[in-house]
Amino acid sequence: MKLFGTIASACALSVALAMGAGAASIKVAYDADPVSLDPHEQLSGGTLQLSHMVFDPLVRWTQDLQFEGRLATSWEQIDPTTTRFSLREGVKFHSGNEMTAKDVKWTFDRLKESPDFKGIFNLFTGIEIVDDYTVDLKTSEPYPLVLHTATYIFPMDSAFYSGADDGGNDKAAIVKHGDSFASRNVSGTGPYVITEREQGVKVEFERFPGYWDSESKGNVDHITLTPIKEDPTRVAALLSGDVDFIAPVPPTDLARIDADDSTNLITMSGTRIITFQMNQERVEAFKDPKVRLAIDYAVNNAGIVDRIMKGFGTVAAQASPEGYLGYDASLTPRFDEAKAMALMEEAGYGDGFEITMMAPNNRYVNDDKIAQAVATMLAKIKIKVDLKTVPKAQYWPEFDARAADMMMIGWHSDTEDSANFHQFLTHCFNAETGDGQYNSGNYCNPEADALMTKANAETDVAKRTALLQELEGILYEEAAFIPLHWQDLAWGARKGVHAESIVNALDFPYFGDLVVDE
Amino acid sequence: MFAYLVKRVFQAAVVMFVISLISFSIQDNLGDPLRELVGQSVSEEVREQLRDELGLNDSFLVQYGRFAKKAMRGDLGTSYFFKEPALEVILKKLPATLELVLGATFIIIGLSVPLGVFTAIRPHSIFSRVIMGFSIIGISVPVFLTAILMIFVFSVEMRILPSYGRGDVVHVFGYWSTNFLTWDGWKHILLPSAALASIMLPLFIRLIRSEMMETLQSEYVRFAWAKGLRPRRIWFVHALKNTLLPVITVGGVQIGTMVAYTILTETVFQWPGMGFMFLEAVNRVDTPLIVAYLIVVGFIFVVTNTIVDLIYGLVNPTVKLARMGA
Repeated sequence: MKLFGTIASACALSVALAMGAGAASIKVAYDADPVSLDPHEQLSGGTLQLSHMVFDPLVRWTQDLQFEGRLATSWEQIDPTTTRFSLREGVKFHSGNEMTAKDVKWTFDRLKESPDFKGIFNLFTGIEIVDDYTVDLKTSEPYPLVLHTATYIFPMDSAFYSGADDGGNDKAAIVKHGDSFASRNVSGTGPYVITEREQGVKVEFERFPGYWDSESKGNVDHITLTPIKEDPTRVAALLSGDVDFIAPVPPTDLARIDADDSTNLITMSGTRIITFQMNQERVEAFKDPKVRLAIDYAVNNAGIVDRIMKGFGTVAAQASPEGYLGYDASLTPRFDEAKAMALMEEAGYGDGFEITMMAPNNRYVNDDKIAQAVATMLAKIKIKVDLKTVPKAQYWPEFDARAADMMMIGWHSDTEDSANFHQFLTHCFNAETGDGQYNSGNYCNPEADALMTKANAETDVAKRTALLQELEGILYEEAAFIPLHWQDLAWGARKGVHAESIVNALDFPYFGDLVVDE
Repeated sequence: MFAYLVKRVFQAAVVMFVISLISFSIQDNLGDPLRELVGQSVSEEVREQLRDELGLNDSFLVQYGRFAKKAMRGDLGTSYFFKEPALEVILKKLPATLELVLGATFIIIGLSVPLGVFTAIRPHSIFSRVIMGFSIIGISVPVFLTAILMIFVFSVEMRILPSYGRGDVVHVFGYWSTNFLTWDGWKHILLPSAALASIMLPLFIRLIRSEMMETLQSEYVRFAWAKGLRPRRIWFVHALKNTLLPVITVGGVQIGTMVAYTILTETVFQWPGMGFMFLEAVNRVDTPLIVAYLIVVGFIFVVTNTIVDLIYGLVNPTVKLARMGA
């Protein structure tokens, strides 16, 4: 009897274990599939999402925007320009090779060669191997964003990517157009290996049996990633049970997925800011801060979020979202039509004027509708808007040519840091450094630029926060641009797919840690 | 016959030359391909350098000359996105599109002939009126709406048919994998072909109906009645055969049009064919792929029209091809 009891409990235990570690298989539908398997070919959300499945970064972001060590176990600053990383030992690449400091250095050097990524590593002068499991990252000056940047270092298998392929080309070559070894073959340390890929149709992932993170509770063995471009079809695929996880969810279907008994909706405030810039070189009136303020007062961004975005956005009064150092809660959205009209009169434009406006119509969520709403709002303070919306492919050349008086631009900070917004959107334009590359407003305030430069050399978090908040404050007071909202993120998952713990504001779901009930 | 074919091939070459010239000249207005190739913070300098490497800064004539030279050898350029020869990308996607068109054609032929004949023979029955009513709706509802409605009804609400993709396909040979050999494949192709068929079906029902009604009034049919032939023989052998002539002409042209309509159908159903690929290529400003697609589709139009002319000769022996080719 006693023996029977033991066997019974052993059986129960093994059944429970088997269930806990039960192998699950899921289907994921995104709006597009990865462009290439080469993690350094294109800096885009899709590339990084893939990198988090097939590779592991040195450190990664947690849901509350803190750093979590992955292939680096610890790090410390040993002098103002050097940060020492200790690497995890016993980590295997998919090829079976072991990951060491040599691979990290090789990856870093390759990043410095990539046209897309080298900008992020501008201030990094080099990497030194201390021993097999220790590396020193060097910067040219004290730099507060070393860890932010380390989230972009996904060590690649240097032995696997070295040498020449069948065609005699270097396996390590980064080719932006045309074929390359790295764009079709991959060996990382990540939780998944790619077993099959048909571009534009599907990618099949199988869990890597030798994955180092044995503590991860993730139990998904097999993932099929399918691109489904059309929003209604993607939603229908989830609702009908053809797929288990979708992203993005269009604003019109949020309620439906939330209400359905078989699906869960997960939403999170995002970090991409949607703004309008006012071109001071094209329109004399925009040089007057009062006119810019009047426009800010005339635009009802809460109304846009409520009506056009169906609540699927966070009303913004500045570029940095909450959680970024520069975010200042005291800066609140301005909307007051009477005040706007008063400011126009004060500036001597009581009779209004005419401007042109341009926005894309397939780049940001509801971009063309937002532009139409803003144009209508400006009509109320007698600014007559001639609006043109074009597909994104044609929009960017127009944007580069600064072809309209007011232009829409959305921005996500690649470094997840406040200074990046100013550097690209509101910094005085400088062709040499690339600063102000997306500043179609030609706003230029040396005082603000000085604050950014100072902040970028300040490693003390409290001091840096103060500098960046002061910067946001200046841009707010001067109405350097018109902030509208941060686009929210949304994912839809079948019930039993516990995706809520693997998603984050960066939109890199950590599928390796995904738990699915079977 | 042979002279006719040679003429046709020559015509096709001219058509494709014109298409390539037109598509080449509009490519500058499609947008900047570089934006789709690089991330947001890449400097203008690096982009300019890549543009140079791609030869996009050369003059129109230089670019077209380079293209034409390669095209003579069957190389229509390399897709920026797929990183493969554009023609190969299209050939890989072609079978999926052709199967979709084939599925739709079966539905159209299978339904339009009996329905068209019935509404012609019994124009006043309630069933005929219902069919004619539905065909008006069919003509006026755009295909993407029909497609989304079908997905909503059959996938989301009833859950009997899949909502996207091709499902299980069986590899036949070369780039051709077929939907028609597995049950799952049949289930996947049903909704997209029905959606695609929905545009043409009403047209064909109406065409067959009016042609049939006209034929039924003709002398020889009346003579057949007077002779006492069985009604079935009169309807389906004597009248229908003569009805089909104009139907085949229109049908041939419409098959080409249907290839164009696959762009919408494939996009809604995420069908991995060349229509969806084309729309994506336009969005990504993948100019080599766009040019190659237009040339291939032009080729398909020419081929289908040639085949129709040949069939025309078979159905109606009084038509002489040599005269037609002039």
